[in-house]
Amino acid sequence: MKKGILYLNQFFGQIGGEDKADYAPAIKEGVVGAGMLLNNLLEDAEITHTLICGDNFMGSNEEEAVEKLIGFLEDKEFDIFFAGPAFQAGRYGNACGLICKAVKEKFGVPVITSMHEENPGVDMFKKDVYIFKGGDSAAKMRKDMPKMAKFGNKLLKNEKIKGAEAEGYYPRGIRLEVFLEDKTPACDRAVDMLLKKINEEPFTSEMPIPELDRVPIAPAIELSDAKIALVTSGGIVPVDNPDKIQSSSATRWGRYSIVGLERLGNKAEGAYKTIHAGYDPAAADADPNIVLPLDALRAYEKEGKIGSIHDYYYATVGTGTAEGEAKRMALEVIDYLRNDGVDAVILTSC
Amino acid sequence: MVKEIEKAGITVVQMANLIPVAKTVGANRMVPTISIPYPLGDPQTPKEEQWKLRYHRVGVALDALATEIEDQTVFEV
Repeated sequence: MKKGILYLNQFFGQIGGEDKADYAPAIKEGVVGAGMLLNNLLEDAEITHTLICGDNFMGSNEEEAVEKLIGFLEDKEFDIFFAGPAFQAGRYGNACGLICKAVKEKFGVPVITSMHEENPGVDMFKKDVYIFKGGDSAAKMRKDMPKMAKFGNKLLKNEKIKGAEAEGYYPRGIRLEVFLEDKTPACDRAVDMLLKKINEEPFTSEMPIPELDRVPIAPAIELSDAKIALVTSGGIVPVDNPDKIQSSSATRWGRYSIVGLERLGNKAEGAYKTIHAGYDPAAADADPNIVLPLDALRAYEKEGKIGSIHDYYYATVGTGTAEGEAKRMALEVIDYLRNDGVDAVILTSC
Repeated sequence: MVKEIEKAGITVVQMANLIPVAKTVGANRMVPTISIPYPLGDPQTPKEEQWKLRYHRVGVALDALATEIEDQTVFEV
């Protein structure tokens, strides 16, 4: 019987929710939570241990977390390593990618995880790790885990891998030599492709060039007469959340006047709070300035380091938010920024 | 969000804890914060220390806005 080890975050490792996101790395014998499903799906292997770490702990203490987790594994024997699935959870995706990459480098075993295509972890780690195309939420667990298990079974049996598209993982940018079933030689395929291109017909390249979506760098500004705006995806809103911005997967945003405010008052004062469901709200509710630093920016305005602060701040929630929605909301915010002559933006995210 | 703002020609700096994520997404000017739930002030520390940290990092962010860069840049805090 081969042996596998699984990495889970605090939530799927059944430690707790956002309030436990600082949970330090731990190892448990056997399966925990979602690991049971994986264990049942593995054919000739069992999950002997489960690694668990809080998403925030990993995010804020990356080196320490990875070092501890790798330390737990040093005296363990295992043939394969799994993490997640991480769905569309950005911090969890980051964690799964980091630990998979580290395990692969240190122990040389195959590493497998799963993420939704909009999880930033995909672009960060797809070159190093088998990342399977997964759903956007934990409701897809029963679809995503079997994909990881099936591929794991294949690797453990040393079966031939057919490449990213056929297997269902994100392309790793590795050229894999395959012999086509119909044995059409490359020169014929190239000419066919060229003819299609000339005739403006659709064709699929065998060597797609990865797209890097980068934007031109905006020029430096002269601070002393600049109007600066504050924007946040950390969900800081007036306590009654007047625009009913959603706590995750937001489609709404708000624009709130800060005229005459030296700092943001807190929830207890009936002023501002966070509605972001992706992190523990305690600290931000007690002092919203730690997410939207109005007090510090006012100090620089007084000193004359900057010209002025824009009269409004803008807020939405950046957890689980679809790229398309984020783009639309940004364009709507930009209209206001332009009309009000804003020169530069400080954008804070959690 | 950060990309669209920059695309519109408005200079922008992103203050974030997960800098690798910000980089992958395509932010150009970045300043690290100290954590996810409390980016600019650790509630375990005295108010004065939180203020100092926040004032310092917002200052770094402002200087980032005033700095010409040629590549994605993480500004040191």
